[in-house]
Amino acid sequence: MNAQLIATQVLNGLQLGILLFLMSAGLTLVFGIMNFVNLAHGSLYMMGAYLAAAMLGAFDSFLLALLLAVPATILIGLAVDRLVLAGLYSRDHLDQVLATFGLILVFNEIVRFAWGPAPVYINVPQVLSGTVDLFGFPYPAYRFAIIAVGLAAGLALYALINRTRVGMLIRAGAADAEMVGAMGVNIRLLNALIFGLGAGLAGLAGVMAGPILSVQPGMGEPVLVLTLVVIVTGGIGSIRGAFYGALLVGLIDTLGRAFLPAVFDALASKAFAQAAGPAVASMLIYLLMALVLAMRPHGLFPVRHA
Amino acid sequence: MKKHHRLMGVCIGACMALATLAAAHAAGQEKLKIGFMAELSGPQAALGQDMYDGFMLYLDRNGGKLGGREISVVKADSQLKPEVGVQLVESLTGRDDVPIIVGVTFSNVMLAVHPRVTQKKVFLIGTNAGPSQLAGKACSPYFFSTSWQNDQQAEVVGHYAASKGYKRVIAMVPNYQSGFDFVTGFKRYYKAPLLDEIYTPLSQQDFSAELTRIAASKPDAVFVFYPGGLGVNFLRQYQQAGLLGRIPVLSASTTDAINLPAQRESALGVITGTAWGPDLDNEANRAFVAGFEKKYGRIPSHYAAQSYDGAQLLDSALKKVGGRVEDKSVFMAALRQADFPSVRGAFRFGNNNFPVQDMHVFEVMKDARGRVTLKTIATPLKDHRDAYHAECPME
Repeated sequence: MNAQLIATQVLNGLQLGILLFLMSAGLTLVFGIMNFVNLAHGSLYMMGAYLAAAMLGAFDSFLLALLLAVPATILIGLAVDRLVLAGLYSRDHLDQVLATFGLILVFNEIVRFAWGPAPVYINVPQVLSGTVDLFGFPYPAYRFAIIAVGLAAGLALYALINRTRVGMLIRAGAADAEMVGAMGVNIRLLNALIFGLGAGLAGLAGVMAGPILSVQPGMGEPVLVLTLVVIVTGGIGSIRGAFYGALLVGLIDTLGRAFLPAVFDALASKAFAQAAGPAVASMLIYLLMALVLAMRPHGLFPVRHA
Repeated sequence: MKKHHRLMGVCIGACMALATLAAAHAAGQEKLKIGFMAELSGPQAALGQDMYDGFMLYLDRNGGKLGGREISVVKADSQLKPEVGVQLVESLTGRDDVPIIVGVTFSNVMLAVHPRVTQKKVFLIGTNAGPSQLAGKACSPYFFSTSWQNDQQAEVVGHYAASKGYKRVIAMVPNYQSGFDFVTGFKRYYKAPLLDEIYTPLSQQDFSAELTRIAASKPDAVFVFYPGGLGVNFLRQYQQAGLLGRIPVLSASTTDAINLPAQRESALGVITGTAWGPDLDNEANRAFVAGFEKKYGRIPSHYAAQSYDGAQLLDSALKKVGGRVEDKSVFMAALRQADFPSVRGAFRFGNNNFPVQDMHVFEVMKDARGRVTLKTIATPLKDHRDAYHAECPME
């Protein structure tokens, strides 16, 4: 274990965290402002990846695929919001969970029907296909690109929320949705906007993850679990919470997987370390979540209720 | 009064349904119902689909019959969840009353369903998963495998690693039953201590942390077992991390015909070991591969090949008993003879009903049409028997 190795693993953690931030920013807004549990958020991520794969097949340009797939995911999100979810906003959480769980199955079947059950391939764009030398350690250039794109999206989101009138309404909605509605703001429109924004971010995450992960039916579910951990840890409805929560979960998960087995190895027998190391490493983020919830039940960065 | 009417309606409906069921039973003996259980949804669905396609290919060629008896296949999707598999066994053996269940993709599902199927004296033809327990102490006369015991695939790769003189090898597998079996099998023939063993959660898709660990320890080779989409992720990330071509990859169930179209260049040169490859030179295999490519438009995987053999096994045994599975001991004896032209060439059952067969080493290369496929490069283990057969009390 040396400084370079740790630095590389921190980058890995950052990259995962940034991807999780894109996912959780949208979900936390929908959850926090509309008080709506949308389990199908991971399906939008999957749709982003599949649409990018389709666009890439048609135009052979990753940039074009990115620029087309994200708006297309927003449109899908808006359509789902209007056609399926609109009637569920006033229902209780259990109904929403059941309905959006059904949506997951529907989306998985749609992509299986359209693209088949086998994974679909997205090429890493040629310019980013190599590795960057990081003080003697090769690091995949594409993962740097994920960090850059995610940070840019995060900055844009920050500007939107903290510097614009729409952002002000979103913030107000997160703190007290009823009051915002009472003041004459068109909550339906605001909701649609937030849902579209969330869908777009999930789609962006899906497009960016496509070249690393295999694009396949059901790819949205594992990432959804992590996303829920992030927003519960960070504080529901808070973008800042989603950002720090995502980085924290990304780093702890990656560093745990990277170094815990070695730590166990140093402390206990090889056989025990090989059994316990990975088990504890995969539990770490859930332990983190439990710890945060025990100490701060509203998450690390809860929305301030005036 | 109204309520009563509705209740009566339900009763009448139920009675009619029962009556038709009884009628079907009485007419019976025409169609033989077979359960086909596999992973047919979720991330690993492609594996189950290939198994199903392989099985159905043989059935279609045979006019929908096995052993002269018309077959109706009841599809069951275990979703890679052992508890779902157990529920499916209940409905297959209960409501559907099937005497035979074929398939099962993953070892964790197999371990859960095996005792429930075999204790009911229902025949289980395993066409993929081969956990070690079933070959040893937990073996059953009602279970027959047309694939391999998990370890066998890793054993042949371990043998190859030892023969190449690799000194520092890292094994990396998912953290579940098959993963353990594969590492155990690898170590049985690769005797030197492993440099490291890395176990990742079965749901983990991104291997950045582990690949960084591998890059840092610079081993002579990496042994991996990542079935389905996991294998696509692993090799592409391996290539992106600049490791492909620098550190050889030895694999099992990772670069199969399902994954190769997605892995393409990222799999070139990867070594893999199993009992069957598309280029094995025998008549049954040539007919199978050509038929599969014609019907489904893709190169078959070993999942399809094993399920095709499963159908051939049932066909041969049902022929011997005139399509009657009711006399279980007679049917069992017919199955044990394994009297069919396997697509892998020589095939026979050991005492534990697992295959005794040649194990090959393949390398990923391009074929004449530019498609990425497996080419046989060696057959180190001939007429190979699994390591657990002695623990099985069956003769």
